[in-house]
Amino acid sequence: MPSLKDLRNRIASVKATQKITKAMQMVAAAKLRRAQEAAEAARPYSERMGSVLANITQAIGGGGDAPALMTGTGKDDVHLLVVCTAERGLCGGFNSQIARLARDHIRKLLADGKQVKIICVGKKGFDILRRDYASMIIDRVDLREVKTLGFVNADAIAKKVIHLFNEGGFDICTLFYSQFKSVISQIPTAQQIIPAGVASAPAEATDGGNAVYEYEPEPGEILSDLIPRNISVQVFRALLENVAGEMGAKMSAMDNATRNAGDMINKLSITYNRQRQAQITKELIEIISGAEAL
Amino acid sequence: MPEAFKFELVSPERLLVSEQVESVVIPGAEGEMTVMAHHAPVMTTIKPGVVTVKTAAGGEERYVVFGGFADIVPAGCTLLAESAVAVKDVDRADLARRIQEAKEDATDAKDDEARSKAEQFLSQLTTLEGAILPA
Repeated sequence: MPSLKDLRNRIASVKATQKITKAMQMVAAAKLRRAQEAAEAARPYSERMGSVLANITQAIGGGGDAPALMTGTGKDDVHLLVVCTAERGLCGGFNSQIARLARDHIRKLLADGKQVKIICVGKKGFDILRRDYASMIIDRVDLREVKTLGFVNADAIAKKVIHLFNEGGFDICTLFYSQFKSVISQIPTAQQIIPAGVASAPAEATDGGNAVYEYEPEPGEILSDLIPRNISVQVFRALLENVAGEMGAKMSAMDNATRNAGDMINKLSITYNRQRQAQITKELIEIISGAEAL
Repeated sequence: MPEAFKFELVSPERLLVSEQVESVVIPGAEGEMTVMAHHAPVMTTIKPGVVTVKTAAGGEERYVVFGGFADIVPAGCTLLAESAVAVKDVDRADLARRIQEAKEDATDAKDDEARSKAEQFLSQLTTLEGAILPA
C-alpha cells in the first residue's frame, strides 16, 4: 500500500501531465484551424489544375506526344513509394496508420516480385519503415524545420521524384498520405501520381468549356510543363491534408489523454482520502484504547 | 466603358484575386497579351513577369508571378501561378535568391538544351527585376 506521501506525489504528477496534455490539445486545435484554412485555400488551385488538365488531355486525345510522365514507361517493375507522415508523434494512430498502409502495399509488391523504393517524408514514417525496409529507403525529406508548409517544400519533393523518373529510377510512383476527413477521422490513402492517372475529362458543362481552345505554345509543350506542376500540386495537397490530419489526430489524442488524467486523478484522490481517513481512525482507536486501559 | 469579366489569380497557397475586371495583361510565354471580355478560348503558359489587372471599379493592381499558366475562356480568365505576390509586397531578397538559383542552374546545366532553358529563365527573371525595381 503506498503511503500518503506517495499518493500525494502521484496526484501532483498526474495533474502536471494533465496540464501539459491540455495545453497540447489547445495548441493542436489552433494549428488545426490554420491547417484547415491552408488546405481550403489550396483547393481552388488543384481544382482548376484538374479541369485544365482534363481539357488539354482531351485536346491531345491521347496522341503520341503525351509526355512520359503521363503515359508511364510501359512497365511496372520498379515502384517508388512516397510515404508522407508527420514529424512528431503523440498523435494517436495517425502515423502508424499511414505506415501500415504503406507496409501492406510493399508486402504485396514484393510478393509479386517487384522492386520497391521508398522516399520518406517526415520523421515518423521513416522511423517505422526503417525497421523492416531500411535497405529500400533511398531518400528522406525532413520538414522539421519548416514552420508553415509552402508550395516550395512540395515542389522540392516533386522535383526529386521527377528527376528520379527521368533517370529511369522507377516506373510507377505512389503517394501515401492521410486524407483529412474530420477531426476524428483521417483516412490513409494511396494515390498513384506517376504515370498521372488523369481522370477522363469530366463532362463539364461550363460555359465555353467545350469550345475549341487555342494553345500557346503547342498543347504538347504546355502539357509537358503542366504535368510536373500537377505532381507538385498533388504532393502539396497531400502534405497539407497530412498536416490537418496530424493536428486533428493530435487534438483528439490529447483530449483523450486529458480525460484519462482526470479519471486517474479522481481515483487517486479517492484512495488518498480513504487512506487518510483510515489513518485518522487508527490514531483515534489508539488514543481511546490507551485511555480505556488506564 | 468596356464590359467586365471574371478574373481569378490563384497560387497553390491561396486565391489571390477573384473579381470582376475590365482587362488583364498577362506575360504569356510567347509574348504579353491583354485579355478582355469575350476573348477567344486560349490556354497559354506564362513566364515570370508582371500581371496588370484593371478592375471594373477603375483601380489598377499589379502582381508579380513566377511562371504558371492561364486558362482563358470568353466568360473569364483563370491564372494559375506557381507563385504570385502583389508588386508592392515583392521581397527583393527572394527575387535575388531566385536569380542566384537560376544562375547556378545555368552553370550546372548538363546539355545545351537545359542550359539554354536555364539562361532563358534567368533573362526573364532579370527583366522582371528591372521592371519592378523602380516601383
